[in-house]
Amino acid sequence: MADIDIQHLANLAQLELSQQEISVVGEDLQRIMIMVDQMQAIDTSNVEPLAHPLDARQRLRPDQITETIERDLYQQGAPATADGLYLVPRVVE
Amino acid sequence: MDTDLSLAGLATGLRERSFSSVELTAALLAQIAERNPQLNAFITVTADEALQQAAAADAALAGGASSALCGIPLAYKDIFCTRGVRTTCGSRMLEEFIAPYDATATARLAAAGAVMLGKTNMDEFAMGSSNENSHFGAVANPWDDTRVPGGSSGGSACAVAAGLAPAALGTDTGGSIRQPAAFCGVSGLKPTYGRVSRYGMVAFASSLDQAGVFARSAADIATVLPHMAGFDPLDSTSSEHEDPWLDACTTQPLGTARSGRIGLPKQYFRDLGVTEASLQSACRVLEASGFELVDVSLPHVDAAIPCYYIIAGAEASTNLSRYDGVRFGHRCDNPQSLEDLYRRSRSEGFGAEVKRRILTGTYALSVGYYDAYYLKAQKIRRLIQQDFLAAFADVDLIIAPTTPDIAFKRGDLVDDPVAMYQQDIYTIPASLAGLPAMSIPCGTHRGLPLGLQLIGPHFAEKRLLETAASFQQQTDWHQQRPGQNPQAADSGSET
Repeated sequence: MADIDIQHLANLAQLELSQQEISVVGEDLQRIMIMVDQMQAIDTSNVEPLAHPLDARQRLRPDQITETIERDLYQQGAPATADGLYLVPRVVE
Repeated sequence: MDTDLSLAGLATGLRERSFSSVELTAALLAQIAERNPQLNAFITVTADEALQQAAAADAALAGGASSALCGIPLAYKDIFCTRGVRTTCGSRMLEEFIAPYDATATARLAAAGAVMLGKTNMDEFAMGSSNENSHFGAVANPWDDTRVPGGSSGGSACAVAAGLAPAALGTDTGGSIRQPAAFCGVSGLKPTYGRVSRYGMVAFASSLDQAGVFARSAADIATVLPHMAGFDPLDSTSSEHEDPWLDACTTQPLGTARSGRIGLPKQYFRDLGVTEASLQSACRVLEASGFELVDVSLPHVDAAIPCYYIIAGAEASTNLSRYDGVRFGHRCDNPQSLEDLYRRSRSEGFGAEVKRRILTGTYALSVGYYDAYYLKAQKIRRLIQQDFLAAFADVDLIIAPTTPDIAFKRGDLVDDPVAMYQQDIYTIPASLAGLPAMSIPCGTHRGLPLGLQLIGPHFAEKRLLETAASFQQQTDWHQQRPGQNPQAADSGSET
């Protein structure tokens, strides 16, 4: 199996890993993917993928207002807010 | 007072005024205060709220409230959102998170009069089989505090086994109710996928996550389940399957099954390892009760662990992308940019196993690998489900061990994720297939409990519970408690 580019995966997953973490996670992921590769021995031609255990379809509901937004309540748990807005570092100078 | 009663016994005691809910709740809170420093089963104990709820339940009981759960104290895994109460999911990410709403399962139990004792410890984001991945510290197994209680719902299993709560809620994605139930010597049910609403349950792997119950017997589980199960419009995958039996459970005691065909998967029974003696003796008990045991085959079950770790990792990496340090949860200090805010908040907030699963899932979903891993796993998931459906054409239930061994020592597997994942070998297949499954105590090895797993067709919880109740009429394994004459435990058996 090819080496896994942990730094690339960390970028995709928005994680910051130290050099030591990259090396430990790299070894762990190699071992996990070797275990996972047992799957390749199984013939799955003409098998439909299973995404939902009961094969249920997405349920639709009437387009009616059923709840009101409690913004103040929800923002009580936010790290930084002002005037009902969530604050983040400046994105555009 | 004696808090070690069945739920029916507690309900009778409350109705006959032998004790009040306030007295019962206070007695359990006192035991939690005494034992929790050593066991670490609870992350948050809600003593004040519990006593208020108990007083309200006492008033309702005096007014003739009919619910069997009215005034009964329960513990909830800290994955269920509870309005106004901290909900951490075992993570630094949610260490300060006060849920602004209630999970459907716990809200329904509250409406039935149940009292919340507190929020139990768990592996971070329910990822783990030993409860050693909690930001709030590992949980002890009450039978031997050098051993793990199992995971991820280890705190709930520990609380019930140690007598700190008569029943507790857990969640099961790949075995997180059944495995800790087996390790702690209690009964645990993972219902059919979709049977209990996932609304307000912190998401791990949404096509697998299912809430369930720990208690000291199948009968006690049947007392709790109907009060939390059933269709919920707030969960888009909630099942609309109707089941009159479930409603009847709220007023009638659980029956016992005395006949039926039980399948023994040959892939498991050819090498049972240390579970051999207890599984074989459980088979004899079931045969003597009137069940017919037959061999069945689950040919793709060996691929269940790789299949599961791809699907669960992929769904976890997607679900956990919501933790961005912006709207709720942990935020790093002095972020220099939006990207820095995301990255450091997530890296500080998540523990090692959560990062490992996110990265596994990200890899499986990344360009060039989707077909080889994620799609492949979904196809194998179909084959595994077809194996079960074919077996259930011939048998009513399937039995298996719950775990390959007794509870392992703390620290033994923390550095080997693949060895840790192998612990779930018997529980994952039913999770992938969305089937109801439960673990009940069926023996001991070296004085520590082992579990018998019962797996049923979709929505066959009645059959599972009635078969378990029959087994528990014939045996006393479920009545053994940690710390009671452990040397004699291996010889305890049929009554």
